Amino acid sequence: MSNFSERNQSLVQALKHVLGERIVSMVEHRGQLALEISHEHWLDAAWLLRDEPDLAFEQLTDLCGVDYLGFGDDEWETAEATSHGFSRAADALGPGRFSWDERPEATDIPNRFAAVVHLLSLRHNRRLRLRCFAPDDDLPVIPSLIEVWNSVNWYEREAFDLFGIVFEGHPDLRRLMTDYGFIGHPFRKDFPLIGNVTVRYDEDKGRVIYEPVEIEPRVTVARVVRRDSRYVDEKLEGTDR
Amino acid sequence: MSEIRNFTMNFGPQHPAAHGVLRLILEMDGEIVERADPHVGLLHRATEKLAESKPYNHSIGYMDRLDYVSMMCNEHAYVRAIEQLLGIEPPERAQYIRTMFDEATRILNHLMWIGSNALDLGAMAVFLYAFRERENLMDAYEAVSGTRMHATYYRPGGVYRDLPDQMPKVAESPWRKGKDLARMNEWREGSLLDFLEAFADDFFDRVDDYETLLTDNRIWKQRTVGIGAVSPDRALQLGFTGPMLRGSGVEWDLRKKQPYAKYREMDFDIPVGTNGDCYDRYLVRIEEMRQSASMVKQCIAWLRENPGPVMIRNFKVAPPTREEMKDDMEALIHHFKLFTEGYCVPEGETYAAVEAPKGEFGCYLISDGANKPFRVHLRAPGYAHLSAMHEMAKGHMLADIAALIATQDIVFGEIDR
Repeated sequence: MSNFSERNQSLVQALKHVLGERIVSMVEHRGQLALEISHEHWLDAAWLLRDEPDLAFEQLTDLCGVDYLGFGDDEWETAEATSHGFSRAADALGPGRFSWDERPEATDIPNRFAAVVHLLSLRHNRRLRLRCFAPDDDLPVIPSLIEVWNSVNWYEREAFDLFGIVFEGHPDLRRLMTDYGFIGHPFRKDFPLIGNVTVRYDEDKGRVIYEPVEIEPRVTVARVVRRDSRYVDEKLEGTDR
Repeated sequence: MSEIRNFTMNFGPQHPAAHGVLRLILEMDGEIVERADPHVGLLHRATEKLAESKPYNHSIGYMDRLDYVSMMCNEHAYVRAIEQLLGIEPPERAQYIRTMFDEATRILNHLMWIGSNALDLGAMAVFLYAFRERENLMDAYEAVSGTRMHATYYRPGGVYRDLPDQMPKVAESPWRKGKDLARMNEWREGSLLDFLEAFADDFFDRVDDYETLLTDNRIWKQRTVGIGAVSPDRALQLGFTGPMLRGSGVEWDLRKKQPYAKYREMDFDIPVGTNGDCYDRYLVRIEEMRQSASMVKQCIAWLRENPGPVMIRNFKVAPPTREEMKDDMEALIHHFKLFTEGYCVPEGETYAAVEAPKGEFGCYLISDGANKPFRVHLRAPGYAHLSAMHEMAKGHMLADIAALIATQDIVFGEIDR
């Protein structure tokens, strides 16, 4: 917890002082401070972050959901050659490469869903990132921040719509982006990029009808993770900011 | 006596004042709006999810299509996020070019706004004048990128190519000939910088023209003064940014407070309103156009003096030149890898924001070390503004809804994403 840049020292001190035990972890990356807070303390930490004069985060600029399923997976074995040589083609189904029937089984991974919040303090001219993991993957529930920052209203609705994260205490948690009567949460990693239904106007029936998708997944560039020595060295030397 | 009930009304999605595909459910008590419930998402294209399945550079073009009247500013946020994660810094000339085009884009956006805003409130002429000027800026877009709108000009590490030495001229046609053609080509004799400078010099008078038409216009004032007033505290609570926040009297501009590109070198003022109503926001944006034109001129002066590279020489991120590829194997390999697989961004996350014409446009990027982003989230300014529609509209008349949508400068490309 000591690896913080000069610029962030005062904020780090204030955060430690005010939030204390509520902080699960605090990291700095590229000069930006990110805080993880458990869902039990999510709401009272938010009140403190807004109202404590040393922190004074008056504005919530952004909230978004994140689905960590498949984090760090690649579709192409590139690290080492095997006895039969390098793999010649992508052999896994990453984002955009599977249809509804082939969608990956969401196994139990710890901390699959998270809500990420970006705060802005105009008084101190600084930003802060907060993250809260939902304890249950099957029904991710996170307390709503709507009383603290009213601007979170539509962001939470969107995260609910696209990721299925339920924000407890939100007065109007309806779908926002997707169609009326849509089924599923499209930004989850196990939801196919091509979707599952198409909509068209049917001449005979004289109305709009829903049908299963006809198109096939056609993402051609494989997802590859390459450990670039320059970045690895950077991390080892601790100059990572 | 019959029972009096509130009347529910459907505004849009096919309505000229809805600025695209806004469906607004209005609960009316006579002429008074009791509740406004915007239904958005009719233009939802899942840009953020599409970006997850593509190498980083493939998604730059999607950014243009978010807020499709301030294209390059959106690119700027996305490209800056990638640059931050890669830990690279574009050359100085590229930074100046970006600053110049960000400001040209701001003019482009505000011209669209003033034209459609006036049109919504019944003034046709402003729209025609504004679009005349917009046409010139689109030509500048075309000169650098080849397209009038969706430029894909900013790239991680710089900009796609240097500014052209020759501004393309308008060709003769049955509709454009003689004196007309000579007038149109008057500014286009020299380079792109000459053209933009002529435009910027002329633009101050054009802004004065718009002001002559609107600022003291009685109808305009009746439609905007005191409409949709937001207090500074509420503006912050509701997540307002950009002219919407400054109209309420909060002096906050990322170009000054958290400078990026070359804004630290620029000499400009931030206009701030006092009442937070539609009229103040109008005045703020009018002044921003003048400031932007002045900044374009400052950038031009620097760019004339300082030639240099506009893209970093790092072949892991930016492609080598064609000439190098002809006789250098290494360059050819880099080119091939870059265009088939892209580049891998080290694991980490970042949030990069720019002061787009409508407010803070942010890009939150999570990378897990792959050649495709793990998650991209785009923070669009109009999204927060539209979500405050109910609060702004409550108690106003139906006709004021058009004024409110116009003052929020709504564009559905960025709200629905």
